[in-house]
Amino acid sequence: MSAYSRRKFLKISAATVTAATAASACTEASATPPAPARRATKGVERVPTYCDVCFWKCGAIASVRDGALWKIEGNPIDPLSRGRLCPRGTGGIGAHSDPDRLKRPLIRRSDRGREEWAEVSWDEAFAYIAKKMHTIKETHGPESVAMFAHGIGGNFLKHTLKAYGTPNFAAPSFAQCRGPRDVGFRMTFGEDVGSPERTDIKNAQCLVLIGSHLGENMHNTQVQEFAEAVGNGATIIVADPRFSVAASKAKHYLPIKPGTDLALVLAWMNVIVTEGLYDKDYVAKYGFGFDQFAASIAANTPEWAYPETGIEPEVIRATAREMARHKPATLVHPGRHSAWYGDDTQRSRAVALLNALLGSWGRKGGFYTPVSMSVPGYPYPAYPTAPAKVDNPGGKYPFAHEAISTGIREATITGQPYPIKGWFVYATNLIHSLPNEAETIKAIQNLDLLVVVDVIPSEIAGWADVVLPESVYLERYDDLNVEWFREPFVALRQPVIDSPDDQKPNWWMAKRLAETLGLAHYYPWKNIEEYLDHRLTAAGLSFDELKKEGIIRGAPQPIFFDDGAPSEFATPSGKIEFFSLQLQKAGFDPVPVYHRPAEPPAGSFRLLAGRAPVHTFSRTQSNRILSDMMDENEVWINADMARRLDVKSGDYVRLKNQDAVVSNRIRVKATERIRPDCVYMVHGFGHTARGLRHALQKGASDAGLITRYATDPLMGGTGMNVNFVTIEPEVTHG
Amino acid sequence: MARFGMAIDTVRCVGCMDCVVACKTENSVPEGFNRDWIATEVTGTFPTLHMEIRSERCNHCDSPPCVHCCPTGASHVHDVGGVVLVDYDKCIGCKACVASCPYGARFINPSGYAEKCTFCIHRVEQGLLPACVSVCPTHCMHFGDLDDPNSEVSQLLASRNHHSLLPEAGTKPRIFYLT
Amino acid sequence: MQELTITRHNEMIDPLLHIWSWQIPVYLFIGGLVAGIMIISGYFVLQGQYKRNVFSCFYLPHISLLLLTGGMTSLFLDLEHKLYVWRLYTTFHWTSPMSWGSWILVIIYPVLWLNTLIRIPERYQNKVPVFDRLSALINKHPVLIKNIGILNMLLGVLLGMYTGVLLSAFGARPLWNSAMLWMLFLVSGLSAAAALVHLITTDQYERELLAKADNAFLTLELFVFGGFITGLLTSTRVHIDAVKLILVGPYAAVFWVLVIGTGILLPLSIQLLAVNHKVKHTPVAPLLVLAGGLMLRFVIVYAGQYSHWS
Repeated sequence: MSAYSRRKFLKISAATVTAATAASACTEASATPPAPARRATKGVERVPTYCDVCFWKCGAIASVRDGALWKIEGNPIDPLSRGRLCPRGTGGIGAHSDPDRLKRPLIRRSDRGREEWAEVSWDEAFAYIAKKMHTIKETHGPESVAMFAHGIGGNFLKHTLKAYGTPNFAAPSFAQCRGPRDVGFRMTFGEDVGSPERTDIKNAQCLVLIGSHLGENMHNTQVQEFAEAVGNGATIIVADPRFSVAASKAKHYLPIKPGTDLALVLAWMNVIVTEGLYDKDYVAKYGFGFDQFAASIAANTPEWAYPETGIEPEVIRATAREMARHKPATLVHPGRHSAWYGDDTQRSRAVALLNALLGSWGRKGGFYTPVSMSVPGYPYPAYPTAPAKVDNPGGKYPFAHEAISTGIREATITGQPYPIKGWFVYATNLIHSLPNEAETIKAIQNLDLLVVVDVIPSEIAGWADVVLPESVYLERYDDLNVEWFREPFVALRQPVIDSPDDQKPNWWMAKRLAETLGLAHYYPWKNIEEYLDHRLTAAGLSFDELKKEGIIRGAPQPIFFDDGAPSEFATPSGKIEFFSLQLQKAGFDPVPVYHRPAEPPAGSFRLLAGRAPVHTFSRTQSNRILSDMMDENEVWINADMARRLDVKSGDYVRLKNQDAVVSNRIRVKATERIRPDCVYMVHGFGHTARGLRHALQKGASDAGLITRYATDPLMGGTGMNVNFVTIEPEVTHG
Repeated sequence: MARFGMAIDTVRCVGCMDCVVACKTENSVPEGFNRDWIATEVTGTFPTLHMEIRSERCNHCDSPPCVHCCPTGASHVHDVGGVVLVDYDKCIGCKACVASCPYGARFINPSGYAEKCTFCIHRVEQGLLPACVSVCPTHCMHFGDLDDPNSEVSQLLASRNHHSLLPEAGTKPRIFYLT
Repeated sequence: MQELTITRHNEMIDPLLHIWSWQIPVYLFIGGLVAGIMIISGYFVLQGQYKRNVFSCFYLPHISLLLLTGGMTSLFLDLEHKLYVWRLYTTFHWTSPMSWGSWILVIIYPVLWLNTLIRIPERYQNKVPVFDRLSALINKHPVLIKNIGILNMLLGVLLGMYTGVLLSAFGARPLWNSAMLWMLFLVSGLSAAAALVHLITTDQYERELLAKADNAFLTLELFVFGGFITGLLTSTRVHIDAVKLILVGPYAAVFWVLVIGTGILLPLSIQLLAVNHKVKHTPVAPLLVLAGGLMLRFVIVYAGQYSHWS
C-alpha cells in the first residue's frame, strides 16, 4: 500500500459518506444481515453444483432446508472433491449470506477511489458502459479495452469483449502466480503442469516440496492426496524457510535460506548425476542434451550449495539419494505460486529437470498425463480481427505463452504500444493481486472506463467507475467445467438459491452488455440453459442428467506412459530438453544457472507470504463463516528475533518496507517455526475497502508492502519475495 | 451398548479446520463460537521441531464431570453410544458444566443454554458419520464404537500408538489421537 | 520450548475461563454470612439468650432472611437461561453440589422463618394471627425452641460447607481442588457473621462476646489458609500453578493486601486491642472483616476460574 493511497483511504470520513448522492450498497449501514433468500420448498432439497471459492472447481451438493441455504458438501461422484470439500468450500455458503455483499449496480459519483456511488438500474449501468465503450472504440479502437479475469465466470464477458474487438485478456494467475512454473515445465517437457496440477501425489513414494505448503495451501485434491501419501508412509522432503505444516510431516526438513532454492535443486541434480543415480533408460529414451546439461551442473556440488542455502552437504546428498531410491515414484512438486525472485522460470525448469532425471514425468507417483472430455464450444459467429496484444510488445518476454497482466498495466500507463483506455475486471482484486499498488492506481487514473464485476466491494471495486454486482456461485449457472484431470468429466454449476438483492449472473450481464453494444447476434441463445443444453447435446450428453447428478464422468483413459499414455513432448526437439537450444538462441542460460539473490539489509527481514486453508486470496475475509475461522493474519517472527525486538505473540506491530511503506497493524506470532532472516504472513488481509465492513483494517496486506518486484526476463513474471521489512512497534492509544 | 468415540490421526491431519467449518454449518453454531477447534503443539528449537496438530472437541468422557455437576439433569449421557448431550429445555445456564470441563469444550449459546459437540448424534442415528468426520479432506478422523473390538476405531487403537488429552484430569476421555 | 495455539475463541471460555463475575462471589459471600448467622443465632437460641433482647436472636434471623434473598437474587442474576430456573426443583441430582445447594436453600427458608417466630418484633405482633398462634405454641414448648436452635446451627454448617464444596467439586479448576475450601468458607462466614453482629448490636455483652469469637474465627481462618495453600503447593504442577495465581500471580496483590492484610490481620489486631480494653471498640474492624470476606470470595472465584489443567 503506497503512502499516497493509504492517506486517500484514511481520509474518507463520515461526511463524505453522507455527501454521496444516494445511499449505496457499499456504504449502507445495515447492522443486520439481509434475510436469506428463500425457496418455497419445505424440507431439505439437495442440489449438485460446483464450488467457486477457489479455482479448483470441486463438485459439491448444496442443501437447502425449508427454503434457506443450510450447508454444502462434496459430491461423492466428483473426482476432484472425492466427496469432501475443503474448509473454504464447506464455508462457501457464507458467501451467499455475507451482509457486506454488493447489492445493486453502482456508478461512481466522486473522485476515483473515494468509494462514493449512486445506485443505478442495470439498464443505466449498461447504457453508461456502452457509451464509454463506443467512445473508446471511435477514438482509439476496440483493442484499447482490456480485461482482467480470474476463474471460469469470466468466460461470457470475455466473449462479449472479443465480439467488441479486443484481444487483450489477462489473469494475474499467469505473471503473478503459476506462469513461471508453467513456462519452465513447458520449455522442458513441452507442456504445462496445468490446473489442477497433473501431480500423482497419492502414488508418490517420495514427495519433495520446495516452498510449497500443501495443507495450508488448500487445493482440495492435492491435499487429500498429500494426506494419503503421508498416511501411506511416503518419504516427505520439505525445503522451506518456514516450518510449514507439510514440514511437520517430513522425514527431512531443510530450513533453506530464502531465494536459494535453485542452488539446492542444482546440487541435488549434481549428486544424482555424479553418483549415476538417475533413470538412465528414461533419460536415454526421452532426453535431449543430457551431456551438455551434466557438464553445466558439474560445479554445483553440495559443498558449493552449502554456503548459499545453509543446507549441509550431507543432508543434500542424503535427500538426493532418497529421491533416487524411490524413482520414478519420486515427485518433486512444481509448486503453484512460483513468482518469487525473478529467476523463477529457470528455477522451475530446474525442478522439471530434476523430475526428468528421476523419470517421474508420465510415470506413476510422478506426473500423469491429464485427459479430458470432448465437449465442443458453442458455435458463435467469428470475432472481428484484432491487432496484436498489448501486454508483450515485440515479444519482449519471448516465452510468455499467456498474456501478462502487468504488461497491460504498463501499457495503460505508457500508452505504448497503443493506449489502453478501458478495463474490465472480473473477480480479481487487482489491488491485492498485482505488485506495486501505486502503479496500478497510476494506470487506473489513465482510464476512461473501469468496470468491476464482483460479489463483494473489493479494493479494486472501490476504484471503479461502474460496479456490477454478481450473483455468488450458489445463485447462478456458469459455463461447464470440462476439466483436464486424471479422468474425463464434465461438471455443472447451477443455482441453488435466489440472489438476495439485485445481483445478476455473469452470463446475463455479458449478454445484456452485448445487446446494448449492438452485438446481440453474438448471443444466439436466449438463456444459459439453452447454451448449456446446446453444448451438452453436441457432446452427446444429457443436460437433465447433469442437472440431477452435477457431474458426468467419461471412460477412464491411460494416464501413464507405462499404461499406454502417449509419451510425446511438444518441445522443439520433441524430447525432454535437458539443454534448451531455444533458450540459448534467445540469449538465456540453456541450463539453469544460479544467481545469488540480494540479502536483506541488517535489521530487515525478507517478507514472505503464503496461504491459509480457510481463505482464498483477498476475497473471503468478509465471509462470516470463514472469518470466524480466521479474521486477521499474523506476522510470523522467529522467537529469538522477537525477543530481541521485544515483541511477543499477540502484540500489534506495523511492518515498514524498504520504500517506507507502512502496513496496517498486525499481530505478532513469535515462533520457532521460521528462520530469523525472514517474516511471513498470510496473503489477503488488511482490507481498506470501506464496504468490506467486517474485514476492514483487520491484519496487514502483504500486497501493500510489495512495492518492488523482480521481472522474469523469460516470461514477464513478477517475483515478489524481494521486499524487505522492519518491525515497527504499534503505538496504542488509550 | 455401544460406546462412541473417535480416533484422530495426527499424522494425516493438516489442521485445515474443515471439521470446524462443517460443524458450524451442520449444527448452525452461532458466529463467534466453536464446538470444535484445532490445537497445534510445537516443541523443540528451530529447525529441529516436532509439531502435533489436533482436531479437538468434547471428549464425551466416560466419567463426565459436566454431567455430574449439572443440577437439573440437562447435561446427560445419551442412551445411544453413551454420548454426552445437553437438553436445552432443562438447562438453566448456571455454567457449572462449563467450569467443570478441563477441555473448555462447552460454551453458552447466546440464547442462554450450554452447548457443545453432540458427536452429531442426529446424523449418527441416521447411520451417517458426524459432520466433522464426513468432510475431513485428509481422512484423519475415525468415529465408531470403542466397545466393539472389530470397529475401525478399536482396530486403529489396537494397532497404533495413541494418547488422549489430560488423562490425568481423570475424566476418561473417549477421543484418542493416533501418533 | 513449547508453543501451543488453539483456534477456539469462545466468549467467556477463551483465552481463559471467565464465566462468573460479581454475582457468584457475592452469592457465596452472602451464603457464608448467612451460614455464620444461623450458627451464631442458633447457638444463642440454644443458650436461652432469646429470653433477653439480644440482637442475635431478635433481629438476626430477619436480617438473614433478607440477606439470603439477596444472595439468591444474585445467583439468579448470573443464570443465562433464567426462565428455566424452575428446572432446579423438578429433580434432585445427588452428584451435583448445586442441586444440593438449591434444595438446602429451600429448607433453610422455613427454618429461618421458624427462628423469627420465637420472638416476633413488637411492631409485627398481632398482624398475622397464624404467626402469633405459632409463636405462642413454640414459646409454650421450650424443647421446640431448642430444636429450632439446633436446626439453625446444623443447617448453617451445611450451608457454609456447601459454599466451599460447590467450588471444590470442580476437578477441572485446580485452585478450588482443595478439601480445605469448605472449611475456609465456613470459618470466613462465621467470622463475617460475628463481625456483622459486632457492628450492629447495641448489647454490650453480645458485642464483647462476638468480638472475642471473631478473633478466634480470624485466627482459625489464618490456619485454614495455611492448610489450603500448603496443600496446593505440595500437590501437582497444575495445583502449584493455580495457587501461585493468588500468591505471586495476578491476584496476589488483592489477596495479600485486601484478604490477608486488611481483611484479617488488621481487624484482628484492632479487635485484640479492643477486647483487652487497650482501645475502644470501633466499627472499622468489623467492616474490614466483612470487606475481607467478600474479597476472599472474589479472589477465589476469579483466580479459580483462571486456573486450568493444560
